[in-house]
Amino acid sequence: MDCVLDVSDLRMRYGKTDVLTGVSFVARRGEVLALLGPNGAGKTTTIEILEGFRGRSAGRVSVLGVDPAHGDEAWRARTGVVLQSWRDHARWRVRELLAHLGRYYAPYSAPGLTRPWDVDDLLATVGLGEHARKRVRELSGGQRRRLDVAIGIVGRPELLFLDEPTAGFDPEGRREFHDVVHRLADREEATILLTTHDLDEAERLADRILVLAGGTIIADGSADELSRAMSTGSEVRWSRDGQRFVHAADDATAFVRELFRQYGESIEDLEVHRASLEETYMALVRKAENAAPRRLTAVAA
Amino acid sequence: MSPTLVAARAGLARGRIELKQTLTAPGEVIAFLATTGGFLAAMLSARHTPVPGTDFSLGISRLVSVLALDIGLYGIMQMGDRLVGDREDGTLLRAKAIPNGLLGYLLGKVVNISAQIVLAVATTLTVGAFLVNGLAIDDPGSWLTLAWVLGLGLLATLPLGAVLGSLFPNTRSTALLLLALGGLAAISGIFYPITRLPAYLQWTAQVFPLYWLGLGMRSALLPHTMAAVEIGHSWRHLATIGVLTAWAITGLALAPIVMRRTTRRESGSKVAARREKAMLGR
Repeated sequence: MDCVLDVSDLRMRYGKTDVLTGVSFVARRGEVLALLGPNGAGKTTTIEILEGFRGRSAGRVSVLGVDPAHGDEAWRARTGVVLQSWRDHARWRVRELLAHLGRYYAPYSAPGLTRPWDVDDLLATVGLGEHARKRVRELSGGQRRRLDVAIGIVGRPELLFLDEPTAGFDPEGRREFHDVVHRLADREEATILLTTHDLDEAERLADRILVLAGGTIIADGSADELSRAMSTGSEVRWSRDGQRFVHAADDATAFVRELFRQYGESIEDLEVHRASLEETYMALVRKAENAAPRRLTAVAA
Repeated sequence: MSPTLVAARAGLARGRIELKQTLTAPGEVIAFLATTGGFLAAMLSARHTPVPGTDFSLGISRLVSVLALDIGLYGIMQMGDRLVGDREDGTLLRAKAIPNGLLGYLLGKVVNISAQIVLAVATTLTVGAFLVNGLAIDDPGSWLTLAWVLGLGLLATLPLGAVLGSLFPNTRSTALLLLALGGLAAISGIFYPITRLPAYLQWTAQVFPLYWLGLGMRSALLPHTMAAVEIGHSWRHLATIGVLTAWAITGLALAPIVMRRTTRRESGSKVAARREKAMLGR
């Protein structure tokens, strides 16, 4: 089956507050999706509904072909959830814990897919090889997060959920983590859904970016597609006769062509920057927020 | 092998690993020794005091009765407390996120705590037998009775502990459980014959498993003449089996329902919220 996630018109209401007002998206096998959105937009609620940890108010949700509200243990074995550790299993040794949690997956091996992941191989993959004998409580914050990731993928999931995976990582830890995610998506063909506040991370990891705001998906596409759709334009910088120029252009190619036609060889230090994902994202969210009051009025009426 | 069987075996292994961790953690070892030492001190202090109406040592009667308290303390108190703690720190959520993980988790707890109970009972009895004479430990019948009281005791307390552990909101609130258990111990004939208490307290005590566990232990390890100071001048084995079985059935029926209800509500954001609360509180 190619469609791993199929969500349509997902709604969630807590008391009188609508958190999700109709979320729809799909994910194909092997895709890496980043779910972005301001705090309180419902990212965690969405991901927890898909994980099967939370009920929903309305809408159709299919995760690996199954409604997560009725997912059985065989379904659970095909998904991986990366949880943020706190004090749990503090006395366990790293390798001991990973080997123990892996055992449960053994009966769920499929043709061509041996579960669980070999523990030593997995420890090496997440960079915890030299800490295998340590107790969990002796790990640093970054090492602990890597253990969280290892626990999430020990069953070789076909679909992996990562909620704010690199919160609290240093830049080096972040880069190593990104390598792990790339390897997972490329080698294991796992589908990955992650939430993050780090736009740079989303751009680097995700094939597709979903922006969740006001309880619904307001944008869905690659970083390039999003910036084109928002026509946030590009920034063109150049210098001529020792003077620096900056110009914002919707169509950078046409602008530069015109620039050369007029000034030819005297143009120097030319730079063209597509709007960063951050600018596109800010523009998207601002637009959604400006639209929000009207929607609320409509509900009140 | 079926997934359930695999998880069951993983659960047994989990119990062994947890037990090893418990027995090598200085804090837990000290708590274990302090509890056992306290019980033995209660026994020694009454060594030369006779049980009212007899010339038998109240100390020996206490030594045998506190075995019931061992079962209650670990089976209800520790089981409940661990469950609350594991929910708070996300251990339970991790178990929920893996296939059949909750089965393995629960079985691990049962193995770990049952082993601690057996260890506590064995330690108390062994040390006690060295300190005093008069235990009926030469009779194979004694050991048989001890075995079934212990077995029924585990069945009556562990599921009950799991139910209470699912109902209490946080580890601070489980202190109430210890308070309740202490109160119950005071009226259940553990430290003093229950027949000397007012009738309403006797009736209250007879509702709960602790009294019956104590009675069963005394019937196993005290001379048969000591039945004279019990309610109805009898060891009341049938009633003991009846009440403990009723608690076991109630616990076993309720535990899956209550546990399913609380674990269903667990999610990453709930654990994160508790973590934030705990960190702010510190």
